[in-house]
Formats: sequence, C-alpha cells, structure tokens
Amino acid sequence: MKPFTYERASSAADAADKAGRAPGSKFIAGGTNLLDLMKLQIEAPNHLIDINGLDLDKIESMPDGGLRIGALVRNTDLAADMRVRRDYAMLSRALLAGASGQLRNKATTAGNLLQRTRCPYFYDTNMPCNKRQPGSGCSAIGGYTRQLGVVGVSDACIATHPSDMAVAMRALDATVETVRADKSSRAVPIAEFHRLPGDTPHIETVLEPGELITAVTLPKAIGGKQYYRKVRDRASYAFALVSIAAVVQPDGSGRVAVGGIAHKPWRIEAAETNMLRGAKPVAEQLLADARPTRANAFKLPLVERTLAAVLAEART
Amino acid sequence: MSKEPDAGLSRRRVLAVGAASLATALPAARSEAQPAAAGNASDSPGGLVHAVSFNVNGSEQRLDLDARTTLLDALREHMRLTGTKKGCDHGQCGACTVIVDGRRINSCLSLAVMHEGARITTIEGLGTPDKLHPMQAAFIEHDAYQCGYCTPGQICSAVAVLDEIRAGVPSHASESLLDRPQANNTEMRERMSGNICRCGAYSNIAEAMAEVAGRDV
Ligand SMILES: Cc1cc2nc3c(=O)[nH]c(=O)nc-3n(C[C@H](O)[C@H](O)[C@H](O)COP(=O)(O)OP(=O)(O)OC[C@H]3O[C@@H](n4cnc5c(N)ncnc54)[C@H](O)[C@@H]3O)c2cc1C
Ligand code: SF4
Ligand code: FES
Ligand code: FES
Repeated sequence: MKPFTYERASSAADAADKAGRAPGSKFIAGGTNLLDLMKLQIEAPNHLIDINGLDLDKIESMPDGGLRIGALVRNTDLAADMRVRRDYAMLSRALLAGASGQLRNKATTAGNLLQRTRCPYFYDTNMPCNKRQPGSGCSAIGGYTRQLGVVGVSDACIATHPSDMAVAMRALDATVETVRADKSSRAVPIAEFHRLPGDTPHIETVLEPGELITAVTLPKAIGGKQYYRKVRDRASYAFALVSIAAVVQPDGSGRVAVGGIAHKPWRIEAAETNMLRGAKPVAEQLLADARPTRANAFKLPLVERTLAAVLAEART
Repeated sequence: MSKEPDAGLSRRRVLAVGAASLATALPAARSEAQPAAAGNASDSPGGLVHAVSFNVNGSEQRLDLDARTTLLDALREHMRLTGTKKGCDHGQCGACTVIVDGRRINSCLSLAVMHEGARITTIEGLGTPDKLHPMQAAFIEHDAYQCGYCTPGQICSAVAVLDEIRAGVPSHASESLLDRPQANNTEMRERMSGNICRCGAYSNIAEAMAEVAGRDV
C-alpha cells in the first residue's frame, strides 16, 4: 500500500466536508474491497476517512411502508433482518449468495454498491485497462472474457458489476440517498446510480467526488414470490456468471433484474410485460442489443434458462 | 547471492529486527509524503502513525502503528500472536479469520486503526494446550486438519458459525428464510465456504463442528 493519512469522521456531513477538502481521499467502510485494491495499488488514496463510527447503521421502517437501510448496515445484518426476510426476500437471498460469512460481517450497504469490477485484467497491473488507467486500452477485448459483460458493453470496456445485492435492489426499485461536501443531499434512483462504461469506464456511478452515501431506501413491499438465483462456477464463495432477481405475482406478472452480464444491474421494465408468455420473450428483449464474445456467448441462453427455472419454481 | 541468516538467529528474531528497522524508517517516509505534517504527534489526522488500543484475548493493548498495518499484521508482527495465519492477504482464503466483538472477520482486509476499543479473540484466546476450547478438542478428535495452516482460521470461523446459527442468522443453504436455521451438514458446509483448506479436510471439519453443535450430521 502507498502511505496515507487517516482520520475518523464524526458525522455524515463532517465526512462529506472532510472529503471535499481533501482531494485524493476515500471513505473507508468495511474495507473489504478498498483495502484489497490498495494492496495492489490499484487504489492509492492519500487520505482515508473512516466512517465506521457514524450513526448510519440502522434499518428503519418508514411511514410510507418502506424501509430505510443505513449506508453502514453490514451485509449480514441486512440479510438477517426479519422485515427484509419477510417482505424483500430476494434481497436477503442475494446478500446470502455473495462473498463469505466473514466478508458479509464487514461489508456494508454502500461499500457493496460501490465495489469495483472483478475483470481479471483490472486486477493485473501489468496489463492495459481503461478502467484502471484511462486511455491505456482494454486487455479483455480479444483476451479471456468468460466472466465479462454481454450487454451495455463499449469498445473501451466490457466489465461487469460484481454485486449480488445491487441486482435485487434494482428489481426492488431502491433509491440511493447521499450528502455532498456542500451539505446538500439528494436521492438517486438505483436505475440511474451505476453508469454504463461508454468512453469513460473509470467513472462507474453518478456520485460526485466526496459525495457520501447515507442510506438506501426501499419502497413499500410489493409481495409476490421473490427469488434470487445465482449461477456460478462453484456452489459457494464465487462471483456470478449470471444471476436473476425476480418477483412473480400470483397473476404471473412480475419483475426481473439480471446480474453478471453488464456494467450495472440489468433491467428493462418493458421486457416484463412479456412475463406471462414465459422466459424466452423476456430474455430476448433483455438481451436484444447483446454483443457477446465467443467465450461468453453462453451467458445468453443461460439468462433465459435461469429465468425459465425461476418461473417454473414460481408456478409450484 | 542472498545471505542465510546466522544459524543461531531465529525467525522470530529476524522478524523483530525487520519490525524495528521499519519503525525507524517511518519518520523519513512521513516527512516525504506529508511535509506539512512531519514530526507531529501520533493520532493527528495528518500523521502516518496512529495510536490504537484494543483488547486481545483479554489483555489491553496499546500500539503505535503505521495506518497501513492490517489487523492481521498487528497481531502477527507487532504482538507476536502468530497463531492467526496469512494465506492470501486478499480475503479469499479465511486463514486470517479472528473474532472481533463476537463476529468472525478476515483480519487481512481490515486496518488495525479501525478497531479502536474492540474485543478481539484469536486462536490463542479460545483455549490453551492445557484447557482446549471444545472446538479445538473436536478438531483433534476428528482429524480435522493435515498441515494445520488453515486450522486456526477454521476453528475461529467454526466457533462463530455455531453462534450465528444459534442467533438465527440465515444462510444461502437455508430452505426457508423464516424458520430457524438448523446446525446440519449442508448449513455448516455453506457457512464455512470462506475458509479454504488446501489439504481438503472439509468433511472432518464438518464432523468436528457437528459434534460441538451436539447433533449428528
Ligand atoms: C474473496 C471475495 C469474494 C467476494 N464475493 C462476492 C460475491 O460473491 N458477491 C458480491 O456481491 N460481492 C462479493 N465480494 C465483494 C464484497 O461484497 C465487497 O467487498 C463489499 O460489499 C464492499 O463493502 P465494504 O463496506 O467493505 O466497502 P469498502 O471496501 O469499505 O469500500 C468500497 C468503496 O466504497 C466506498 N464507500 C464505502 N462506503 C461509502 C459511503 N457510505 N459513501 C460513499 N462511498 C463509500 C469506498 O470509498 C470504496 O471506494 C467479495 C469480496 C471478496 C474479497
Ligand atoms: S473490460 Fe474494462 S476492466 Fe476489464 S480490461 Fe477492459 S477496460 Fe479494464
Ligand atoms: S489471509 Fe485473509 S483471507 Fe486469506
Ligand atoms: S489442513 Fe492444510 S490447508 Fe487445511
């Protein structure tokens, strides 16, 4: 790791203010992604602002029937919360399908949303990567791409967003609440939170420098049968090749978000009007603009089949 | 080429010398990186060295550490608690698992300075050779290791897993999210997936855990 200075923030506003004054600084929450990348000098902040002591670790029921999840709620605690298990089951399931027990005990809601890609070339500092070093080129294009993206990709980057949690949050229409250095706050729908790579794959979200996530809110529960099905190379402790977060209502209508295929959780609301007609038309619409490589084209039928399995389970 | 250390010089002593030279090298590094902050007292936001206090295995510790020091390196290199192992140093193997404030974590992906006031239990704090923790005894009984390198992490993780099941925390293997999870073999295997064993002692580890959980697998 490169040397850095360190301090603890005393409140959310204080953290954003400190970050605003210290260019090159980063917040640290669980540290499970940031420290991993700092050890490889892929991230090299000159200053760390520790937000762990802040009062952002509560899950509150909202007057409108929704849930407000503090940015520092640990993945274990969010997955185990009885309200989440009962009313937002796909979120519990997505969290429990991610990482390991030890990592979930540390990983936070905000940190999970902001975790960086697992593209092998992003991690290999000897290889060009536009995300790690803008303008250097993309080693994945023409390289090993089995795990990489098939939709929303660009000529600059074909990486995926690795979070399981974010896929369920996308299907649940979550909103990300933030505070900025000037103390102003805003609420960003999760659909607009993560960006596609385009020409600037190093810019992954709409957050401004120094902007702190304070919470993620979920609207009132929508009921239905909820699923998170993750397909991976081993049964546990592996990132998704493809994952499906779905809710299926008694009348067969529902929602679908897909993980493991794009730079953000992938959902096209218009495709969901086809739910009653089965997995094929939904998958076709979700993947209409796909640009797979030879090595990851298997993800296209895998999305359809995983969705078909979920829909079949919902009928039982 | 590379010089072998004196036959009389133990690895421990080589490490101690290494740590001492690191400590003397720090002020120079600090003045290079942060000229404005050079020479200031520990614990100031501008400095690179920070004071941190926590309780490890029942004893209070106060250390002055470079902020980069992971909890794992603080335990091993600064407190000489070498029971906790460094496998991958990237959260992928679980060899560094310790229990902090009742929860298992990967000590390699956590900075020591982030644990001010914490209660930390390592393998050395679970039991002693004369008075083994039931999980340690069960690992011996069931041959739940070969080389032993992953074992301290496995045991810390296993102890915390049984607590998690008792507390009703669900897992990916739980059939229902609403029922209480059971301490069965499927649950144990899923919950222990963050601890890799290169020797493949998995089935014996699950048996040791089942014995402590008081159930048959
Ligand atoms: C071996 C391994 C396997 C894994 N497997 C999976 C998996 O299968 N599925 C999965 O989804 N994830 C997986 N993960 C990733 C894990 O979920 C993330 O590392 C974790 O969620 C990050 O959360 P954190 O709190 O530790 O973030 P940190 O590492 O603390 O922070 C990550 C980023 O978020 C920023 N940040 C943190 N909090 C805030 C805030 N409040 N406001 C603004 N910025 C903030 C930090 O500055 C940093 O840039 C795995 C990780 C490892 C090491
Ligand atoms: S796909 Fe993106 S992250 Fe991977 S090498 Fe190309 S630019 Fe880098
Ligand atoms: S050394 Fe920490 S997980 Fe491998
Ligand atoms: S006993 Fe050798 S790695 Fe587990």
